[in-house]
Amino acid sequence: MKIAITSTGNTLDSTLDQRFGRCAFFVIYDTESKATEFIPNPNLEAESGAGPASVQLIASRNVNKVVSGEFGMKIKPIFDSLKIQMIILKEPEKTIKEIIRILNH
Amino acid sequence: MSPRLKRLRKVLSPPTVKGFKPFGQDVVIDKKEPIIIYYEEYEALRLCDYDKLNHHQASVFMSVSRPTFTRVYASVRQKIAMAFVESRPMLIEGGKVYFDSDWYHCNTCHCYFNNPEKNVAITVCGLCGSQDFINFDFDNTENYFDDDRANDICICPNCGLKKQHQLGIPCSEEICPVCQNVMKRKRKNEYK
Repeated sequence: MKIAITSTGNTLDSTLDQRFGRCAFFVIYDTESKATEFIPNPNLEAESGAGPASVQLIASRNVNKVVSGEFGMKIKPIFDSLKIQMIILKEPEKTIKEIIRILNH
Repeated sequence: MSPRLKRLRKVLSPPTVKGFKPFGQDVVIDKKEPIIIYYEEYEALRLCDYDKLNHHQASVFMSVSRPTFTRVYASVRQKIAMAFVESRPMLIEGGKVYFDSDWYHCNTCHCYFNNPEKNVAITVCGLCGSQDFINFDFDNTENYFDDDRANDICICPNCGLKKQHQLGIPCSEEICPVCQNVMKRKRKNEYK
C-alpha cells in the first residue's frame, strides 16, 4: 500500500506540511518495500487550481492514503470519488520519520 | 430583496446512475420532458426510505434542520410519483449540495480520517492502527481546534481557589464556596 505525506522539505527530518495543494514536497511511502520517494510539488507557485492538480499527481502514483494538515473544500470530493483515504494530522512539528513510524505501528 | 441563502446539504453517498427512464410504453408518445431530481432529494429518499432513518436522524446526516429535511423529502416523493404516473424519465442532477464522507477522530494519534469505502465499516485508525476512535462531525466545528475556552479556570481573587470554568456561566456570577467572594476568569494562556 502506498501512502502520500505532505512535507516541508526533502529529508526524513522535515516536518509535515499543513497545506495540501501548496506543500513543498510529497513523500510517497510504500509500506511493503519501506521505500520513500520525495516528489517536489510543481504546483507550489500555481496561482489557482493547485489542489486539484496535486490530487492528479498523487492519484497517478496509485496512492491509497494521504496524510496532510488540511484538505480544502475542492479537494475532499475528488479524493472521495477516487476512494483515497484522507488523514488530517494537526501537528505541524511532527517529522516525516515519526509519521512513517506511526504508520508502521 | 434576494431570498435567504440555502444551507448546503451534505450528501454522503451520491447515486451511481444519472437517471432512470420508463420502458415498454403502449403508445410511443413523443419525448417527454424529464423530471429533475436534485442530489439532496435523492439523498433524502435514500436516508429515509432505504436506510429507514427517521426525519430527525436523516436531517442530522444532511446537516440541515428537520423541517427543511421534511420539505426536501416531500418534494422528492411528489416528483417520483409524478414521474411514475406521467411515465416521464427522471434525471438526478443539481441541487444545493456538497459531497462528504464520514469522518473519524482517533484518540491515540489525534488525527482525523475519513472512510473512503462507503460499504465497508472502518475498524482501525488509518494512521496508527488503533481501535480507539470516535465518529467526528466536521460541520459547525470551525473553532474546534483552537477553542481553549473550555479549559479556562475560574479563580477566586480573595483566597485563590481554582475551579474548572463552565461554558455559558460567566465567572462573575460564580461565588467562591469558601469565602463567598465573586470569582474571576483566568484564561489558559495566562495561567501557563
